[in-house]
Amino acid sequence: MTFRIAPAPHTKPARTTGQVMRLVCYALIPGALAHYVIFGPGIIIQLLLAIITAVATEFLFTQARRRTSHNALADYSAVVTAVLLALSIPSLAPWWIIVIGTVFSIGIVKHLYGGIGQNIFNPAMAGYVVLLVSFPLQMTSWPLPTELSNFSVSFYDAAQLIFSGYTADGYNVQQLKAGVDGISMATPLDTLKTGLSQQLTTPEITNNPIFSGIAGVGWQLLNAAFLLGGLALIATRVISWHIPVGLMLGLAVPALIGSAIAPDQSIGLFMHLFSGATMLGAFFIATDPVSAATSNRGRLYFGLLIGFLVYVIRTWGGYPDGVAFAVLLANMCVPIIDKYSQPTVYGHKGSSS
Amino acid sequence: MQRSKELIEQGHIWTFPGGIHPPERKYAAAEPIRELPLPERFILPLRQHIGEPADILVKPGDTVLKGQALTNSKQHGQLPVHAPSSGVVSSIGPARVAHPSGLADTCIIIEPDGNDRWGERQAYADYRNHDHATLLNHIQQSGIAGLGGAGFPTAQKLALQKPLDYLILNGVECEPYICADDRLMREYAAEIISGAEILMYLADIPKTLVAVEDNKPEAIKVLTEALQDHASITLRVVPTRYPSGGEKQLIQLLTGREVPSRGLPIDIGLVMQNVATAFAVKRAIIDGEPLLQRVVTATGEALQQPGNYWVRLGTPVAHVLNQAGFQAEPQQRVIMGGPMMGFALPDLTVPVVKITNCILAPSSRELPDAEPEMPCIRCGACADACPASLLPQQLYWHAKAKEFDELEQQNLFDCIECGACAYVCPSAIPLVHYYRKAKAEIRNIAREKAQAEVARERFEARQQRLEREQEERLERHRKAAEARKKSQAEAAKTTGKDPQDAVKAALARAKARRAKQQAQSSSDDDS
Repeated sequence: MTFRIAPAPHTKPARTTGQVMRLVCYALIPGALAHYVIFGPGIIIQLLLAIITAVATEFLFTQARRRTSHNALADYSAVVTAVLLALSIPSLAPWWIIVIGTVFSIGIVKHLYGGIGQNIFNPAMAGYVVLLVSFPLQMTSWPLPTELSNFSVSFYDAAQLIFSGYTADGYNVQQLKAGVDGISMATPLDTLKTGLSQQLTTPEITNNPIFSGIAGVGWQLLNAAFLLGGLALIATRVISWHIPVGLMLGLAVPALIGSAIAPDQSIGLFMHLFSGATMLGAFFIATDPVSAATSNRGRLYFGLLIGFLVYVIRTWGGYPDGVAFAVLLANMCVPIIDKYSQPTVYGHKGSSS
Repeated sequence: MQRSKELIEQGHIWTFPGGIHPPERKYAAAEPIRELPLPERFILPLRQHIGEPADILVKPGDTVLKGQALTNSKQHGQLPVHAPSSGVVSSIGPARVAHPSGLADTCIIIEPDGNDRWGERQAYADYRNHDHATLLNHIQQSGIAGLGGAGFPTAQKLALQKPLDYLILNGVECEPYICADDRLMREYAAEIISGAEILMYLADIPKTLVAVEDNKPEAIKVLTEALQDHASITLRVVPTRYPSGGEKQLIQLLTGREVPSRGLPIDIGLVMQNVATAFAVKRAIIDGEPLLQRVVTATGEALQQPGNYWVRLGTPVAHVLNQAGFQAEPQQRVIMGGPMMGFALPDLTVPVVKITNCILAPSSRELPDAEPEMPCIRCGACADACPASLLPQQLYWHAKAKEFDELEQQNLFDCIECGACAYVCPSAIPLVHYYRKAKAEIRNIAREKAQAEVARERFEARQQRLEREQEERLERHRKAAEARKKSQAEAAKTTGKDPQDAVKAALARAKARRAKQQAQSSSDDDS
């Protein structure tokens, strides 16, 4: 009779990596739905394109690296990267944007560094930054929230726009950005940034109809939806609270100080927290375990750093939003954060080591 | 310190970081402890404790009585083993022992005669009239080692002379499935308490805390009643969370103190003993019984009668399992110890030893095989579960890369190998396995370094000796030459002759002889 020999513990993981990643995908559903409601059906096509590209890239790269593709695909990490990237880009961007971004994220950022667990940078954000730097026009052409737009974009229109650049009626994305008064409109953060650089005051700029509510039409709903999904991730213990709380604190404290010192020249607390990619970044992007700090204290520092960098970029940087850059910059600081945030081990209290 | 002592007295329960809640599955606790029939033979490894094996006293063919010492512990670190029943020593030699390596070690094999006849027994029922040294020696000669799992000789632990605040009796038993201590506490509470009193007397400890996890209400009830008229012994109920029964974690729970790294509990005024050890001490001192048997939980869905059994040390695992109605699956796993820290057995001839608290034969349904190991995604679930506040994933990366300096900097040796990190790992990485391997490698390197150091010292000593000898030789020659010169000079002075004259005369004589020989040979040629 043969006996099975295995190392202790003789138990099965309570939750596998694949299950963790699937939970992240489920937690993104409210955000994706909000995206659909706000920006129309383009997101469905972007998600499909991203997932197909990600799975194909994962398969090809694991084959090329002579790894078992099955295990790599079963961990669902490529799908998570794809979904995050699709949710980050303008929903009517041409198809090759998401394809290039996903191939870069999975192939270059992840596999060339040794595959899952080895990448230094957050794959989705590195892919996003490559796209933003290489294709600034396409990457900043956010469609107007449906409720402000003259046009309602159908699924067919969205597909036409993504694959050919024009709707069946011959409009392009720039034309669809025109508001009710026929003037092209940008995202709330972009509008604020442009306005402030033209010496307008914050109250003057936020007279614009896109700023109704606390952080701009559409974007506040989107951020609230990501917040909801993020809280679910904390409740199910997929992520710990340290990074999201750190990030929001790192952003909120300077924002409050800025508003107190120069209320007319600063973006404002709610605008910071509920516009742009703040909530997506705080709960889903900065919390990517591979590229984040390891200990809980380190994660808090990591989150604080990202939040502060987001504030700096939004206030003084050249881009209206800065989550992607902030995350990548913080990724670079992870080794030093880890070195100085090691918890005190049992039995070492009072000793220097 | 004073405030913390007050809190301890008030029964405050502290907490420890991390920990996990695996399914408890202590279903074997339902039935009372049962006796086992004698096996066909006993296999007694000489080493069942932490330390060195003692010297063998018997030879094949000897008849032995129950309780008779088979080995003789003379030196510190040795601990004797005893005949678990009367019978004949059939052989002495290597046999597979209970160790994760599955390697063989020297064992004494005894075939019982079935009479179970006791040998001579020495008891100290009036132990308070005897001095500590006599009693400690008796505990040592009774072969008692920590029965909780570590197997440290109990007498050695008690003999470490330091002022102590508390004796902690560990009845926590936090590993899933295992309930041997639970049953022992329910059925033998009075004897455990007597054992605690003996331990307190021996190590001059004023107070005892008995710790039990709150998932053992029966044991808590029995102990509460038994402790009613014992002012110096109090019960502490701790919340169920693995590994609360770990020595360091339990100390943290009950006292808020931390055992310093590389230190011992006595450094912070504490000593811990398992409840089963206290029971064994009582039996040795009061009843004169050496450690011959222990309670073993035989459990798992592959057994028809899971339960707790009095198992004589040396009983093959197969015998225990068969008595418990073992029905093996194909590819059955049999684990000695619990599911968290136990090890899988290569076969069932392995004997039960002093530290065996559980034999687990799970079905593949209750404990499925491990998933294939996947890459670490640095999720940090392990760090959240670690009771020692280590960063298991960092240890894993460094262990994999064999970065031993980094591992020591990350305090690898403070890992208690509880397995909580591996239990929560979503990538099914056998983390503890990596740490054990790294620890062994680091120890090997240290040993090799020490050996190389010894070799270097010996080489250098030899070189020095050779140099010294050479110098001494030269010195001797120099002195001899000087003495010769001196004596010659003196001789010349006394005789008035130059000692060189004799040499010159000898040379002249040799020259003349050679000239004569040459002249002769030339005249021979002529003729």
